[in-house]
This record gives sequence, C-alpha cells and structure tokens, in this order.
Amino acid sequence: MEEKEITNLTDEHQEYVINMGPQHPSTHGVLRLKVSLKGEIVKSIEPHIGYIHSGIEKMCESITYPQIIHLTDRMDYISAHINNEAVCLNVEKALEIDIPDRIKVIRTIMSELTRIQSHQLWWACFGMDLGGLTCFFYGLRDREKILDIFEETCGGRMIVSYNCPGGLMYDIHPNFQKRVKDFIKYFRKILPEYDQLLTGNVIFHERSKGIGTLTKEDAISFGVTGPTGRASGFSCDVRKHEPYSAYDRVQFKEILFDEGDTFHRYLARIDEMWESMKIIEQLIDNIPEGPFAVKMKPIIKLPEGEYYQRVETARGELGVFVISDGNKNPYRVKFRSPNFSNLSVLNHIAKGFKIADLVAIGGSLDLIIPDIDR
Amino acid sequence: MLPEIVALNTSPTLSVPWWKVVYDFSALTDWIDKSLHNSMSPFWTTITEMLIIGVLILLFYALVGLFLVYAERKVCAFMQNRLGPNRVGPFGIFQTIADLFKLLFKELIPIKNADGFLFNLAPFIVIIASFMAIAAIPFAKGLHAIDLNIGVLYVMAVSAMGVIGVLLAGWSSNNKYSLIGAMRSGAQIVSYELSVGLSLITIVILAGSMQLSVIVEAQRDGWFLFKGHISAFIAFIIFLISSTAETNRGPFDLAEAESELTAGYHTEYSGIKFAFFFLAEYINMFIVASIAATVFLGGWMPFHVGSWEGFNHIMDFIPPFVWYIGKTFFVIFLMMWFKWTFPRLRIDQLLTLEWKYLLPINLFNVLIMAFLVLMGWHF
Repeated sequence: MEEKEITNLTDEHQEYVINMGPQHPSTHGVLRLKVSLKGEIVKSIEPHIGYIHSGIEKMCESITYPQIIHLTDRMDYISAHINNEAVCLNVEKALEIDIPDRIKVIRTIMSELTRIQSHQLWWACFGMDLGGLTCFFYGLRDREKILDIFEETCGGRMIVSYNCPGGLMYDIHPNFQKRVKDFIKYFRKILPEYDQLLTGNVIFHERSKGIGTLTKEDAISFGVTGPTGRASGFSCDVRKHEPYSAYDRVQFKEILFDEGDTFHRYLARIDEMWESMKIIEQLIDNIPEGPFAVKMKPIIKLPEGEYYQRVETARGELGVFVISDGNKNPYRVKFRSPNFSNLSVLNHIAKGFKIADLVAIGGSLDLIIPDIDR
Repeated sequence: MLPEIVALNTSPTLSVPWWKVVYDFSALTDWIDKSLHNSMSPFWTTITEMLIIGVLILLFYALVGLFLVYAERKVCAFMQNRLGPNRVGPFGIFQTIADLFKLLFKELIPIKNADGFLFNLAPFIVIIASFMAIAAIPFAKGLHAIDLNIGVLYVMAVSAMGVIGVLLAGWSSNNKYSLIGAMRSGAQIVSYELSVGLSLITIVILAGSMQLSVIVEAQRDGWFLFKGHISAFIAFIIFLISSTAETNRGPFDLAEAESELTAGYHTEYSGIKFAFFFLAEYINMFIVASIAATVFLGGWMPFHVGSWEGFNHIMDFIPPFVWYIGKTFFVIFLMMWFKWTFPRLRIDQLLTLEWKYLLPINLFNVLIMAFLVLMGWHF
C-alpha cells in the first residue's frame, strides 16, 4: 500500500500546477488560469471565470431598456460605446424606428474612436506583457487624447453612455469635428512610432512569430471573432457582412491574415487602427444636419418577440438577444460576448508553449474579464 | 629629551598641495597611514584603516544604491514621456531616501512553511557578494581599497556568488513562482558568466595583466576599446549584453519577470529584506558598469590621444574620479536605455543567444585578440 503511494508521487502525472490569477499582472483583471507545467512548458490551461460576475443579464430583466444601456457599459468597459450601440440598435429594430443620418454618422465616428482607443490600450498592455514597459506609457499617452474628446462630448471618459434608444443623449460638442480632425492628424504621425518601438524589434519578432498559431478551422469552430479571428483568415467583420449605422457608406478594408499567430494578431490590430482612421476621415467632414435623437415614448415597450442584433466591438462580435413579453422590461436578455469565445481557445493554442508564451498569447487575445463574466 | 619630544609631535604633512589630492589620492592615503602609525602600533593601525575603509565603502554603497534608484526612475521617466519623482525635495532627489525609510519601517511578513534560516540568509548573501566586489574597484588614482593581482578574476568570482542567494531565496520561500524564477536565474547566470569571463579575458590578453590598476595604467595612451581594433569592440558589446543578463536586468530580467512570475524569486520578501535584493540589483549594475568602464573605457584614466600633447594636458585637468564616474554612468545609462525599450526574451531564446551565438563569437574573438597581440598589431 505504502509502496504504491510512493510510486504515485513520483510518476509523470504529477504536475506542477500554478495559479495565474485572480491577482496576477498579466491576466488584466481577475481571470484565474490554472496552469499545469512541466518545467517551463505549459501542459494545460484551465480558465476559472466568475470572479467579477455581476449578473448583468439577470439584472436586465428587472430594468427598462434605457437603463440597460448603462449596464452594458460595464461589460466590455474598453469599448463601452459599441456595447451601448448594440442594445440601441436592437431596440430600434424592434420598434421599427427610422434613425436619421446624423445619428448614424455620429455613432459610427464614436464607435471607430472607441475602437482606436481600445487598440491603443491593448497595444500598451501587450507591450507590457512582453516586458517592454515603455509601450504602456506611449499607448496611454495617445489614448488620453481620445478620452478627452469623449469627455467633451459625452461627459464620461471611458464609460460614456452616449447612446440611448432612438438616438444620442446629447448633440456633439461644437469642438468635436475640429478635435477629431486634429487627433487623426496627430495619430497618423504617431502610429509609426509604435512600429519603431515594438513591431520592428528583433526580440519582439522572436517572441511572437509562430507562437500560439490558430488555424482558420479552429477559429470558426471555437467562434473566435474580431481581430483575433481575422488574423487567422476568418472573415468575420460584422461591419462588412451586416453593415449597421453608417458602415454601408464608407470604404474600408477588412484586415485578413492567414498565419494566425501572435504576431499577426498584433498586426491585425495595428492595421485596424489605420482603417478606423480612414473611416473617421470619410465621415467627419460630412455629418448631416438634423436632430440628434428621435422623439421616443416616455416608457419604451418592445412588442412581444425575439430580437437579435450583432455589432463589431473592438474584440469581436457582440450579440444582443432580447426576448420581450411586451412589458417595459425584457423577459430575458443574453449577450454573446466576444471575449468569452476568445478565451475558450486559449488552452487549445497555448498548450506546449512556455509560460512566457502563454502570457504573450493571452495578451494577443485581448481579453476583458468583466465581459467574460458579465 | 627635548628634540625627541619635538620629533614625536611633528605630524606628517601632505606631500602635495591639498587641491592636488583629487588628481592623486595616494598622497592623502599615505598621509593618513603615516599619521596613524605615529600615534598607534602597526596592529591597531591596520585595524583602524580597515574600519575606516569598511565604513567608507558602506557609505558609498548606500549612496550609490540610493542614487541609482533615483537615476533609474528619472531615466525611465525620460524614456516614457513622464516626469518621474518630483515631489520630495528639489527634483525629487529625496524620494529614494523616503522610500528607504518606508521599507525600513515596513512589516517583515513571516511566510508559512518557509525555510526560515535560508529565507533570512538569502538577502545577506546577495548583498555581501555585491559588497565584496565593490572593494576591488579602482575609483580614482590611489583610491583603491585592495589592489589584487587577480582583480578581474576576483570581481567576477565574487559577484557571481550572488546567484546562490537568488537560488536560496527562490527555494526557501515555498512559492512556486519564486522557484521558477530562481531556476531561471540559475540557468541564466551560470551561462552568461562564461561570456562575461571570455570577453574580459580578451582584454586581459591585450593588457597582459589581471590587476585592475595595471589595466588602467596600460590605457594611458588610449582606451582599450580603441586600442584593440574590432576585437575589443566586439568584446565590449558582448560584455554589455552578458553583464546585463548577469545582473538580471533589462531584456533579460526573466528571474523576476513581472508579467509572468509576479516578482520572481523575491515575491515573498517584504520590507528591508526586499530592499536588500533591490539594492543589490542596482549595486550589481554599478559593479558591472565599473568593470566595463575600467577594462574597456580606461577607468579613471582621462581621454588621451596618442601624441596630441596639448589635448592630453587639457584632459588631465579633469579629476580622475570625475572621469571614472562619468564613464560608469554612461554605461549605466546604456543599460537603462535598453532595459526600458526592449521587450523581454524567453528563457530558451536567452540560452540560445548565449550558447549558440555569444559563446562561439567570444571564443573566436579571444583567438583573434591573441593573434593580434602576438603579432603586435594593436596600437
């Protein structure tokens, strides 16, 4: 009996298990990864989620539609504006309201600004994950400029709550167009600096090329969307395939790569920033005149039925599914959050790599934990 | 009777005017030595001198440590578009002193199931290793605690001892992250020690001595970086890379990789014990920078160009200590520069860099240098 126990202790099933998180610098929040190691090599990863579960879907059942907007801010807090837009579009679709062009254009510009600042923050954190601490300050320096624009128009900086069913909360600030144009001019100059600092670095190439390769088939079967999926060649841009707001009237390229490794996930996001700037440039000079919100009933009641609307957030496809029983609050709300699907692929692609690669791969998936837990 | 008393009371005077001391400290040290001999027996003189040197080096150690932490924060802020510390004192120069007091008063958290003895011993080994190494460094002409005839070897051997402390810290803290960090550090330092040694040997061949004072003296007519053709330059680059790796800094800070292992081997340390590791890291950086300055950039020797008498004379006006500090901080700035701009390497890439690239290049470089010296082709 005793002998058997000793052999059990020394056999190869004994694993060196470390807990990455819930308090760990590279999990960007309270994600807990139970990592089994063999030396430096990762044998398996088991994500434990729910540390920041706040019951947003359940809470939605007892509040009205305009109130839901403010909860969606708190899911993927880095692309709060796009989350708001998803709910608004869904409600507007259910009520069959025609949205004036002005609102559509402003929403699109704001969404793209949100996307740029999200990618800036991601770039900052990704650099930090790889050990290049200076990236963090460069990224946040430029992100601050967008947040200032948000603050002027929406009042909020990160949690903007600028959308409401039927339009926008307030009109844009008189300075808005000028400041956005200034920002684009500034950022076109500054974005190559990002490449100088990180993209061209030999160590960075060594650290990211061929690491955590995700094939197109796996991306589709795991439901990986956003820049992560597009880096694997999965054409999944909702803005292209199912245009909403003003995306049908702008020219932009869907960034697609075939390699699907960490380096190309990185490139996809850098290139998306260029594309977002192009979209904004096309719209910023011709914001149509008109009202900034449609007159809505004081209490919004959706007709009985099921409604689904998807949008492209900075991390992938966000779906909002609402079942209404005709009351002022929904019967059931389900968010299809992009981060949840993106996290599910982590074990699949990071197995067999080193601890340092796990951090790099985790960083390149760009996970926002409150969006996973909701 | 009278003449004898007069002779006893005559205190020895400085052999040079006082302001010339900064150019040659041996006059000052001789004077102190003679004065002490006058008033006490040789045994007690030696003891007193050792005490004085010990206290001075400790003071210097603490000051350099505090200044380097401040310098790193300022340099890092400069790289990152920030201001850095600017609240405590003018330009924040007292920030590190405030931090030191904070660390001194912090609680030393006892770790459950940690190996208490080794846990407490580890910071001391790390700090003693760096403390011993600093004793052999020539700061200026005549300002040299011990001038060993194997100075280069001694500094290398002693500073490599620090890895024992790192390994002990990782092993005894009973923390998985610490253990991984310590093992990484062990593999890393043992590998890079080779490159540091070989790149120094390249210069030892050129200088023909391991004694640091002789090495400095040999650079009177030009620094080895310029005298040794391309070979010395390659050795300098390799020394910079591998000594950064040896001090667990910059792109090679795998042992305490913040984003992977939280804080690596010193995760479980708090208060002043953590401060010891922190301080030792900076002092190690100072030591390798000093060695780089001494061996490649001429130590305290002013910048001399072959036969330009006038130019050399002007350069001689700058005190040797200033030259030494300037060169050392130039190397430190280089190390900080690439720490704050490069991402971190992975452990296998780190070892590949050493064993597949640096080591063969280094061995070949030693051969080239030996050939150059043999043929007398150096300047």
